[in-house]
Amino acid sequence: MIEFRDVYKDFGALKVLKGINFHIPKGQVVTLIGPSGSGKSTILRCINLLETPTSGQVFIEGKEITAPKTDIQDVRKNIGIVFQHFNLFPHMTVMENMTYAPIKVNKWPKERAREKAMELLRLVDLTDKAESYPGKLSGGQKQRIAIARSLAMEPSIMLFDEPTSALDPEMVKEVLEVIKNLAHTGITMVLVSHEMGFAREVSDRICFIDEGIIQEDTTPDIFFVNPVSDRAKAFLEKVL
Amino acid sequence: MLMNFNFSSVWHYWPLLYHGFLLTVKVTLICAVFGLILGILLVLMRISGFKPLIWFSRLYISIFRGTPLLVQVCIIHFGLPQLLGVTFTSTQSGILAFSLNSAAYISEIFRGGIQATDRGQYEAAMSLGVGYGDMMKDIIIPQAVRHILPSLVNECISLLKESSILSYIGAVELLRAADQITVMTYRFFEPYLVIALIYYILVMILSALGGLVERRVNRSDRVS
Repeated sequence: MIEFRDVYKDFGALKVLKGINFHIPKGQVVTLIGPSGSGKSTILRCINLLETPTSGQVFIEGKEITAPKTDIQDVRKNIGIVFQHFNLFPHMTVMENMTYAPIKVNKWPKERAREKAMELLRLVDLTDKAESYPGKLSGGQKQRIAIARSLAMEPSIMLFDEPTSALDPEMVKEVLEVIKNLAHTGITMVLVSHEMGFAREVSDRICFIDEGIIQEDTTPDIFFVNPVSDRAKAFLEKVL
Repeated sequence: MLMNFNFSSVWHYWPLLYHGFLLTVKVTLICAVFGLILGILLVLMRISGFKPLIWFSRLYISIFRGTPLLVQVCIIHFGLPQLLGVTFTSTQSGILAFSLNSAAYISEIFRGGIQATDRGQYEAAMSLGVGYGDMMKDIIIPQAVRHILPSLVNECISLLKESSILSYIGAVELLRAADQITVMTYRFFEPYLVIALIYYILVMILSALGGLVERRVNRSDRVS
């Protein structure tokens, strides 16, 4: 479903990814864990080409998206991403945020896009906010809408880039709840998160990243109880 | 007695002032619209990523910002007929010069607004598969416009005030109308004072309108 082959990424002189290899099968929930600056967000952003790898290949559903003539738009509409800072469109209502891309990109009729949006608003429990502007919502509500907006495109992959890091503590739970309900519904999910308890509960698999390399790739139970590498042990001692 | 004002002679010529007023307002409005359209075209060229268009846009802006407006008006009104064999009325020349000049400033205002738009907005749009054109049209530019509304209102105010330059090439706008009254009445202070007041009131109206529009569009995306 998602495959990285020897992916490197430099930002100028800074080498952020130094040979990433992994394969994520359909429906799996994977959390990338690691210290800040380790390259986890960059890995995530290479999956939908918000960052272009300096070298190496990325495959989505068997197709190489790093190939020169790839239709990036076509790849991206199938991959939802949820950002730390929500990135809702402030000049559009919640409903417009959610129906814009389905109508514009997927060419859905307006009615179908609205129905889908209402269905997703029910899922995130915000049906009463359909006509509100993002500026009127709390952080937790904004992030739930951002998740719903991505889901409106019916993607087969969802990426979450520290979805709760910008939230006030009391709003973290409502967002994690939505993500948890999404896990194991057939959608492939890759998360970058600092919520260790949540990562352990929701993930099928943990990748521990440090210094631009996957140091450990294992199940949550093994990672959180018996990490192998010294780096992982040191990291877990600090955060748990 | 130095201070014997006599406004009755000015009022006597009010139709002249009225037509001057209409021309001033007309020129300002037309140039604001053309300037806006041309300005957006220029900024789209500037951010197109296509070298010749970027180059053209930079040169254009550099020339129109780097030379006096009055000189530009003269080149268009007196110079172009010699070069192209077409003659413009002073109003046409004025509208042409002011629109072209204003476009340069408006495109720079727009560029600032586009640059000020959060990077995350581009990423969100791109991630949803939205193409570059739609992204600019529906996501980035509408937000840029919000950021730059105060500057756009300022540009309109500049246009209004600078339209007095048209008197130099003979268009009977407000200043020229006042000039003509001074010639006929031998009074100077009163006609100029009256048109100063008219300009001032027009500027106040523009500012108020700008504030109104700004509050309206911002109502939607401000945190309560």
